[in-house]
Amino acid sequence: MIKLDEMQKRLLEEVADLHTIPEGAYNIRSNGQSAARQSTANIEIVSKTDVSGLEVHIKPGTRNESVHIPVVMTQSGLKELVYNDFYVGEDADVVIVAGCGIDNCGNSDSEHDGIHRFFVGKNAKVKYVEKHYGSGNGKGKRILNPGTEVYQEEGSVVEMEMVQIKGVDDTTRTTTAKLAAGARLTVRERLMTHGEQRAISSYVVTLDGKDAVADVVSRSVARDTSYQKFEAKIVGNAPSRGHTECDSIIMDQGRILAVPALEANDLDAALVHEAAIGKIAGEQLIKLMTLGLTEQEAEEQIINGFLR
Amino acid sequence: MLEMKNVSFGVLADGSDKEIVRGVNLTIPDGKLIVITGPNGGGKSTLAKLIAGIEVPTDGKILLDGEDITGMSVTERARHGIGFAFQQPVKFKGIRVLDLIRIAAGKRLSVADACEYLSAVGLCARDYVDREVNASLSGGELKRIEIATVLARHPRLAVFDEPEAGIDLWSFQNLIAVFEHLRKTISDGSIMIISHQERILNIADEIIVLKDGALQARGTKEEVLPLLGSVVATMGECYSTERRKGETQA
Repeated sequence: MIKLDEMQKRLLEEVADLHTIPEGAYNIRSNGQSAARQSTANIEIVSKTDVSGLEVHIKPGTRNESVHIPVVMTQSGLKELVYNDFYVGEDADVVIVAGCGIDNCGNSDSEHDGIHRFFVGKNAKVKYVEKHYGSGNGKGKRILNPGTEVYQEEGSVVEMEMVQIKGVDDTTRTTTAKLAAGARLTVRERLMTHGEQRAISSYVVTLDGKDAVADVVSRSVARDTSYQKFEAKIVGNAPSRGHTECDSIIMDQGRILAVPALEANDLDAALVHEAAIGKIAGEQLIKLMTLGLTEQEAEEQIINGFLR
Repeated sequence: MLEMKNVSFGVLADGSDKEIVRGVNLTIPDGKLIVITGPNGGGKSTLAKLIAGIEVPTDGKILLDGEDITGMSVTERARHGIGFAFQQPVKFKGIRVLDLIRIAAGKRLSVADACEYLSAVGLCARDYVDREVNASLSGGELKRIEIATVLARHPRLAVFDEPEAGIDLWSFQNLIAVFEHLRKTISDGSIMIISHQERILNIADEIIVLKDGALQARGTKEEVLPLLGSVVATMGECYSTERRKGETQA
């Protein structure tokens, strides 16, 4: 096992809330290599042989177990493309925690592109948490381009929590999901960009089966001169329900383009989208200032709450 | 003690100056509950905002315990002990009731301590601490939480802008009890309530009538209530018919 230095430990804490080695199955990837790995009786993690990445096999019926696969990068100029596939057996109920932290103190760009594919069996339940974080004061950019593909069989439930709050200079997040009958997908995205950062997030969710339900909600804050583009498309190919919401705060000279889209190919597909962009409401600031906060402290509280 | 000395506030409307508050001289002594009343559009809410620093006077001075606070920001005034409950409570996304009470208290209160303030306004605290301060709460609930945030600040002067507005009758009964309790517990602080409600006027040490931006009358309820007949016609439905009958007979 490779020993992690203090910086790598700090990144681990940021992206996976991990202070020590996690319980259950895990793989910690550090600067392009597997630093530590553990499989359990029900969850097997193996390296892919053709490309860089992992296969995670979760046995049918596995209950209350977790998989942690954090990635930390502290070596400036490192670029990697990783494919991780998750096979979640029928009736399993698991938590999967991914996340990537990059600390770049050098002048070359560091980039981690992770393609995650989830094959979720019948009636299985997955909670997926993904946190992205960047730090370091080098001129080199911290770039993260996650691609997520979700294939849900009948009756499966997937909850995704995607958080990118700080320090990632450039990101293109692409998420696609296909839902069979009775499957449910919930996405909660939290995104904040600052400085000159750029973030593009796009979702395409296809409701292929009867009574499939999708709810994709993004809350984002664009500060300084950063730019965000949020695209969410829900396609209803069956009697199904879909809802997408993009709620954004702009500050300073931040810019946001929100492009919600709905496509109904079935008479009984009920699809709704909502999108709102605006600055922090003046009355919210004033209320918190009457409670003794400065304007800046009030802003921070409002944003922290918004991105909770 | 709060003093307003010749305070005026005007805005530019349709190309001409419109004075909303005109040369108000006012003292709010410590340990007193003062109710400001008067017809709609008479400048009551503006007066409250001038005290909280949300609006800045175009003329005159405001002093708190002898210190000139006219040039102070909303934050500075709050830190000097001015509490302000909004007529329309502000809603937030993601900020919980507990967060708001903690911000108000200026420290990381325990859940039990935060609950004390919610209980004081008649809310079953455990049901509310984790709720977001958003539109999922009713008008009455938001209003009571608003008042709890002011209680949590332990202000030298607590200003409540129409606490009865937008709440149901049942909540209103509790509200009166909250103010009566507050009234008994104030000693070094004072309370100013802007209200049309007779039951709130009844618990006042002093009533001030503001009309067309100027002080119209000031005194105890025995002194002022009979005078309200002249302005009551423009105050709408807020006075009970009994009161109006009484005034007519007088």
